[in-house]
Amino acid sequence: MPMDNQPPKETWNTRFGVILAVTGSAVGLGNFLRFPGQAAQNGGGLFMIPYLIAFVIVGVPLAWSEWALGRYGGRMGYNSAPGIFRRVLHSRKGAYVGMLGTVMPVLIYTYYVLVEALCLYYAWHFLTGTIPALGDSVEAVGGFFVQSLGLGANGALFSADGAPFLGVVFFCFLLNFFLIYRGINQGIEKFCLYAMPLLVICAFIVLARVIPLPAVDGRGILDGLGFMWNPATQDGLIRETLANPEVWVAATGQIFFSLSVGFGLILTYASYLKKDDDVALSSLTSVAGNGFCEVVLGGLIALPAAFIFLGPVFLSDPGNIGTFSLGFVTLPNVFNQMPAGQFFGFLFFFLLFLSAVTSSLSMLQPAIALLEEGLGITRKPSVAILGFVTLIGTLFIAYFSAGATALDTVDFWMANFFIFIFATVQTLIFGWVIGAKRGYEELCAGAEINIPRWIMPMIQIVSPGYLLIIFGFWAVGRLPGRIQGMFNPPEGEPPVILMSVGFILIVLSFFAFVIARANQRWPDPQQETRS
Amino acid sequence: MTPAGWTVFLVAVSGMTGLLIWCVFKVVSTPGSEKHLHSPADIDTHDH
Repeated sequence: MPMDNQPPKETWNTRFGVILAVTGSAVGLGNFLRFPGQAAQNGGGLFMIPYLIAFVIVGVPLAWSEWALGRYGGRMGYNSAPGIFRRVLHSRKGAYVGMLGTVMPVLIYTYYVLVEALCLYYAWHFLTGTIPALGDSVEAVGGFFVQSLGLGANGALFSADGAPFLGVVFFCFLLNFFLIYRGINQGIEKFCLYAMPLLVICAFIVLARVIPLPAVDGRGILDGLGFMWNPATQDGLIRETLANPEVWVAATGQIFFSLSVGFGLILTYASYLKKDDDVALSSLTSVAGNGFCEVVLGGLIALPAAFIFLGPVFLSDPGNIGTFSLGFVTLPNVFNQMPAGQFFGFLFFFLLFLSAVTSSLSMLQPAIALLEEGLGITRKPSVAILGFVTLIGTLFIAYFSAGATALDTVDFWMANFFIFIFATVQTLIFGWVIGAKRGYEELCAGAEINIPRWIMPMIQIVSPGYLLIIFGFWAVGRLPGRIQGMFNPPEGEPPVILMSVGFILIVLSFFAFVIARANQRWPDPQQETRS
Repeated sequence: MTPAGWTVFLVAVSGMTGLLIWCVFKVVSTPGSEKHLHSPADIDTHDH
């Protein structure tokens, strides 16, 4: 049954603590690993045009509406996206509309834990000297990366060579569930609040080493910055880049990923707030801290340094600047060629691991909230059920590791496809169902800053309109190929893409079953007081 | 780096830095902000 929400247990003792908490809460892999790769793959400096547009017309409005909608739903007695949507829409079907806000974090968790484990694995191998011993050989570091993730063949992680990394995956998996099961995840998250500024300091130190780097083969820091920031100069190329829906989807997806909006995570966390708690300045400060880390630190470190050390020929291969290869092949190479690179390599990957732990813990929270309030069970059986579901998923993705096909498939449908649908639905519900007047009042309740009135037309029309247009163009271009690929696996290979989609459908069915049971338990939505 | 590259760089970096400085100023200058501002890490989700 819906419970009365209690106030947040603790408050920060100082304003400095608030700044650390709010700005550090979402800093992580997306800022340092994903952003530079996305920018380089999508037009360099030109990528910043759709990025900044998406930041203003999707990132900030969605962050505000998700925080406000979550807090509103929490006051109505619900903490999960299905419960909140059901209550707001006054319909049992509303719970199914909110289902993605639970399923997406769960499915993203199933592969995110592999990335988390890879950060820890790299930290360990920097500490013990294995990666520094590979020297400046891109092939050697690339080979280490391929072997670590078992990208060469399905089942490679379950062989003797893959066992060490698989062991780290199990360690991370068990660590997350131990922390959640024992109810001490808040403790680790609070610890990480102070560890995340360390990550930022570490990034500044690496930046301070990158900027004065001497030229290598005639390539200096300004050339490196140019590789990252110069927009394409030919008119045709500018039009081609900006008319490509892939670039706009990549920029918007980067905003979703790094600001942690559009997944349903914030919806659940905000549902535990009191009505007079601020959501406006909290979320804006978080968004600003992320944007700063991403653009200023993420944009100045990885690619410029990689350009200096590895050169334009290496980076002209898109395979070398993807999220994984930039973070786990290119950056280690850069550390290997830097003074004290072993220490900074260890520190950087260990801090990324800590930030990944906080993110993965937050991904489990929405599903736990649904299982608890939907099935009326306590946290521990909820954690056990969720542990079983996610373990199956992680084992599936770890086994079908060849070319990271299973991981890529789940990531595509969750972080590229469903996130656009859920984010659009969320803004429409806040803008049109809660409505302009009530929505604005909800945003302003407890707000520590003045929110401009034009934010509501933005949330009602501009944000969903933008999302629908770019998603529509992108879907028309990309979906047919993706669907075709499901049924045409390489000859002699198992249909991994089809099986991955099947797994996604099984998880969706499981949560649809949970919601059906919850709908039987929860009060008739028509009879719940409209407020 | 080309002039266009410098322009994009300066607009993006100064925009993000300016927004962050403004937010930090608002947090520091708002009485009681430590009681009303929250992040996921300090919100009690009843996991006890």
